[in-house]
Amino acid sequence: MSKITITIDNQQIQVENGITVLEAAREAGIEIPTLCYHPDLSLAGSCRVCMVEDINSHRLLASCVTPVTDGMQISTRSAAARRARKLNVELLLANHPNDCLGCGRSGSCELQKLAADMGIDRKGVDRFAGQKRKRAVVDQGYSLKRDPNKCILCGRCVRVCEEVQGVMALDFAGRGFDAIVTTAFDLPYSEINCAECGQCSVVCPVGAITEISEIDRVWAALDDPDKFVVVQTAPSIQVSIGEEFGLEPGTIVTGKLIAALKRLGFDKVFSTEFSADLTILEEGYEFINKITNSQKLPHITSCCPGWVKFAECNYPDLLDYLSTAKSPQQMFSTIVKTYYARQIGVDPASIFTVSVMPCTAKKFEKARAEHRDSGFQDTDAVLTTRELARMIKELGLDFINLEDAEYDQIMGEVSGAATIFGTTGGVTEAALRTVKEVLAGEGLDRLDLGLMGTREAQVEIAGRTYNVAVVSGLSNAAKLLDEIRAGESKYDWIEVMACPHGCIGGGGQPIPGSFDTKARRAKGLANIDQAKQIRKSHQNPDVIRLYEEFLGEPLGSISHELLHTSYQARDVR
Amino acid sequence: MKSLVELRQLRSEIDNKQAAAQLNLKAKIIVGMGTCGIAAGAREIFEAIEEELQKGNSDAVLTRTGCIGMCEQEPLVDVQLPGGDRVTYGKVTKDDAIRIIREHVLGGAVVEDKAVARCITGKQQTGHELDQQARIPTYDDLDFYRKQYRIVLANCGRINPESIDQYIAVGGYEACAKALTMMSPEAVIAEVKGAGLRGRGGAGFPTGLKWELTRKTPSGKKYLICNADEGDPGAFMDRSLLEGDPHRIIEGMIIAAYAIGASEGYIYVRAEYPLAIRRLQIAIEQAKAYGFLGKDLFGSGFDFDLKIKKGAGAFVCGEETALMASIEGKRGMPRPKPPFPSVSGLWGRPTNINNVETFGSVPWIVKHGAEAYKAVGTEKSTGTKVFALTGKVKNTGLVEVPMGMTIREIIYDIGGGLDEGKELKAVQIGGPSGGCIPRDLLDLPIDYESLRDAGAMMGSGGMVVMDNSTCMVDVARFFLKFTQSESCGKCTPCREGTKRMLEILDRICSGEGREGDIELLEELGNHICHTSLCQLGGSAPNPVLSTIKYFRHEYEAHIKDKRCLANVCAGMGGAYVIDQQTCIGCGLCARVCPTGAVSGERKQPHVISEQLCLSCGACAQKCPVSAIVQA
Ligand SMILES: Cc1cc2nc3c(=O)[nH]c(=O)nc-3n(C[C@H](O)[C@H](O)[C@H](O)COP(=O)(O)O)c2cc1C
Ligand code: SF4
Ligand code: SF4
Ligand code: SF4
Repeated sequence: MSKITITIDNQQIQVENGITVLEAAREAGIEIPTLCYHPDLSLAGSCRVCMVEDINSHRLLASCVTPVTDGMQISTRSAAARRARKLNVELLLANHPNDCLGCGRSGSCELQKLAADMGIDRKGVDRFAGQKRKRAVVDQGYSLKRDPNKCILCGRCVRVCEEVQGVMALDFAGRGFDAIVTTAFDLPYSEINCAECGQCSVVCPVGAITEISEIDRVWAALDDPDKFVVVQTAPSIQVSIGEEFGLEPGTIVTGKLIAALKRLGFDKVFSTEFSADLTILEEGYEFINKITNSQKLPHITSCCPGWVKFAECNYPDLLDYLSTAKSPQQMFSTIVKTYYARQIGVDPASIFTVSVMPCTAKKFEKARAEHRDSGFQDTDAVLTTRELARMIKELGLDFINLEDAEYDQIMGEVSGAATIFGTTGGVTEAALRTVKEVLAGEGLDRLDLGLMGTREAQVEIAGRTYNVAVVSGLSNAAKLLDEIRAGESKYDWIEVMACPHGCIGGGGQPIPGSFDTKARRAKGLANIDQAKQIRKSHQNPDVIRLYEEFLGEPLGSISHELLHTSYQARDVR
Repeated sequence: MKSLVELRQLRSEIDNKQAAAQLNLKAKIIVGMGTCGIAAGAREIFEAIEEELQKGNSDAVLTRTGCIGMCEQEPLVDVQLPGGDRVTYGKVTKDDAIRIIREHVLGGAVVEDKAVARCITGKQQTGHELDQQARIPTYDDLDFYRKQYRIVLANCGRINPESIDQYIAVGGYEACAKALTMMSPEAVIAEVKGAGLRGRGGAGFPTGLKWELTRKTPSGKKYLICNADEGDPGAFMDRSLLEGDPHRIIEGMIIAAYAIGASEGYIYVRAEYPLAIRRLQIAIEQAKAYGFLGKDLFGSGFDFDLKIKKGAGAFVCGEETALMASIEGKRGMPRPKPPFPSVSGLWGRPTNINNVETFGSVPWIVKHGAEAYKAVGTEKSTGTKVFALTGKVKNTGLVEVPMGMTIREIIYDIGGGLDEGKELKAVQIGGPSGGCIPRDLLDLPIDYESLRDAGAMMGSGGMVVMDNSTCMVDVARFFLKFTQSESCGKCTPCREGTKRMLEILDRICSGEGREGDIELLEELGNHICHTSLCQLGGSAPNPVLSTIKYFRHEYEAHIKDKRCLANVCAGMGGAYVIDQQTCIGCGLCARVCPTGAVSGERKQPHVISEQLCLSCGACAQKCPVSAIVQA
């Protein structure tokens, strides 16, 4: 691409031909406000908040969708441009509940920030006072709720759902002032072809799509003297929750996280990494079984509940390829209410299991009818990273300066293999480390597959080469599944994570979460793995003891009963 | 079909057949069966005639034709006796039809009191007929037609749209034969560019240039689309053209496809146009059978296939990018341009999209040449434009006039002016996103630039004549209500802004307008025009802005004096009063008053009770002597 010269706010710059005015301005260090624009999504040009003035023609242009042309002269600061931007925000606010005090996104809301930055006052909004959208909040189901009245129709959720996830659960409907973004027939998420991954809630600039909060239920359990409350935190939380307290993405805050949870009043604090090691063993042996008995391949991972629901809705004919091993969250809770309860002498009926997850689909997973193997609902409550941060803030804890604490015993050891579960490719690498050692007695070099959509590798184990694929983002996954359906898949092993880049990019993670943020979180996890003494799941001493004392062997009868599950075809729209 | 020679041969065969039919000395009866005719009852007339012919044992031939443009006179029936002139009867009832058959078809005497015009086709005429016919004006004698210049509508109402032979008999498909056998695609583009043809779908973009851009974009596959969405309420030019002369559009599309190198074409027609769709289907089948569509057309190696795509009827689907999304099976929502369709259109391929009338002009240009076309119209707006003339004008209907004609000529010379005693107040041009032109600007020539500068636009060619009984605020509100409800909802200014404008207009019209509302409307209107994503929002405020520009005093009267000068807006401010001097005591007002507030003896001045009056204005509207005004 050739370079061209343009002028923005009297600053002459050379830019690549083909980029947009917005990109050019940002390269020049000039910030233009945006709303419908999202760096990871296609361009919509719909909010009209990024208007700038073309000085030659005096036309107002939406900078996010206008390509630069040679000799172009742009003003981002002209009176006309400022007035146009402000007026569009005023118009949005005139049809908005303006309920910041009671809104889950207050503080991270882009509309609120724009209004503040632009100095918008009541008078500017009230002159347009009139009818406002009035529709019912949709909050049935377990994972996500939509408040259509807060929606500013930026379409980011529609785009992420279609372009990244390929689910297309959301779309525009209605015309004129009645236009809304909604699901097919306005149905709740749980009744449609929605993976409940929560990507829409991450890209939504306002509080129109949020997780269904379980904070109150968790507080109630903590307040109940008869409840023994056990919490587990997913691997990726330790590198992302710091962002909620002003730390850089990827900052490792494991010790502070544990300390905060103890201050909140949890009786025992563990890491899901423990059960991730368990999952590796169960799933690793399952794979070993499949390849030694020449069962049909590929083997497909199942630890991501968003992916599982997607498969149940869209590829019910391929469910047999999925690992039957439960996800780490569910293995953990099951073990807590069986083995652990027995070991510490607590009545499992009084145990309340909470998990802190980067994920909204985990809320859905915990409620599945299959997950009652302990004799109780295995997981009682799921908090997203964002919800936990809110609880910590509620107590006013000075998170950054908390004294580091350690996980509780007897399930406190974790391997580095389990840590990298939090990023795409991690499960595969962790499992193959164990498989290779079991079958060939030798270690595995780092695969280091990187973060992008679909990656593949060839892994040599005991004289045979296995084709391995790692995919994140459901639209990428769908392509591989279509290959299987057509009988054209060359893979022996496929790891699927619903969210782009894996759990570090989960739907419950701090907002905003662009690609750059996720890459830094992934780096944090890799650093933890690197620094770990134990880097292979089967070497985790607590896990070894669990097998010795309780489970027997991977895929044994108790494992089969407690640690494996089944799937159901879902007939939804 | 391989060559122009072959086509000419076919034409002369058809001519011979028709001549033979003439010699058979059969009478011909032609019923106008466009949607307008059918709505006026043409179908029943057709059946009545059929029955009457059977009864009379007549061998007269009964056929149909499209809309000739005289909507005012529908249903229309033409009778042509062997050798005689073709006589057009207007406002034909069933009884009239029977009379016409008995007296004219069977009896040979023209029913003079129902005859509107005649077309000179007669060769041998007998004495009585000659006398009679001389008393009936020819089409060219009629004001309605004399000032028109019919290029696109030339065949409408003249030929049977379901007969390809009739189209060929009047020279149809010759332009397409000429283009494909004797001209290079570049030469075709040069001709259209030279003619100065501009898009008739509203924006007036130079057609030849658009074709050239599409031709120059490299791609293995290109598409051609005919935009027949015609979502403007009240517009029916495209429908009439498709119903009356579908082959002309197909021919124009074949030429365009050849010029840009498109192998596949779509005609996007709204589903509410079933007759147009049917006639297009018939025409496409006929064109395929004759080898005008399909493979290796005229031995040129050029292939072209044409499909009809039915639109769901949303106004915004007429916007080209929304239209393409709709063809692709997505929600009809516009997207930002660039990229323009000529670079990335349907399914990402270079696509050329033109309006029905634009394609309709193409065969004439290719046949007669750029110079001939340029000779019609003005320098920058060449050729002709079809308008749907409606409202308070005597002759409503479809008119095709050379560009540059003044609004006054169209309304008074062609439209026959307003009814006795009515005074013209404004002309709304350009459909719901157009503007209102006041009386003082009646001498404005019709061309793209003049209309735009006056705050209106060519749009698709709606022309509504309004008299003094029209409230300009109410008119603006009416049009904005339409565009607001048809906004796709994608972009902020159009979705939110037009709603606020409508709310302000609502309150002004109900007497609750506030100081500053006019300025707020102007601010919002200009903002929406300049920041909307597509031209729906970009032009939606036009009716409001143009009425504020030319009729600001009416807005002020509503807001400051709580008065609607045209007595249209109900519920404005104070009670109504009857001027005792003017009142003739007819009592019409008392009959319409919903609260019985009017009292008075017959033939004596009436009075309105201030307590009971709702200020609805119903009485004022009825008063034949305008004695009722708001206090
Ligand atoms: C809201 C909206 C509605 C439109 N509706 C029509 C329509 O019904 N018919 C049409 O030909 N063009 C319509 N247009 C214009 C088209 O976008 C496009 O410019 C046109 O079809 C190009 O053809 P032309 O160059 O022959 O005029 C509409 C544009 C807008 C913004
Ligand atoms: S979405 Fe944003 S602006 Fe709206 S109420 Fe919530 S925080 Fe406030
Ligand atoms: S729900 Fe949020 S992301 Fe989706 S359109 Fe509305 S404001 Fe945008
Ligand atoms: S201007 Fe109106 S119709 Fe056009 S994109 Fe915006 S909302 Fe949709």
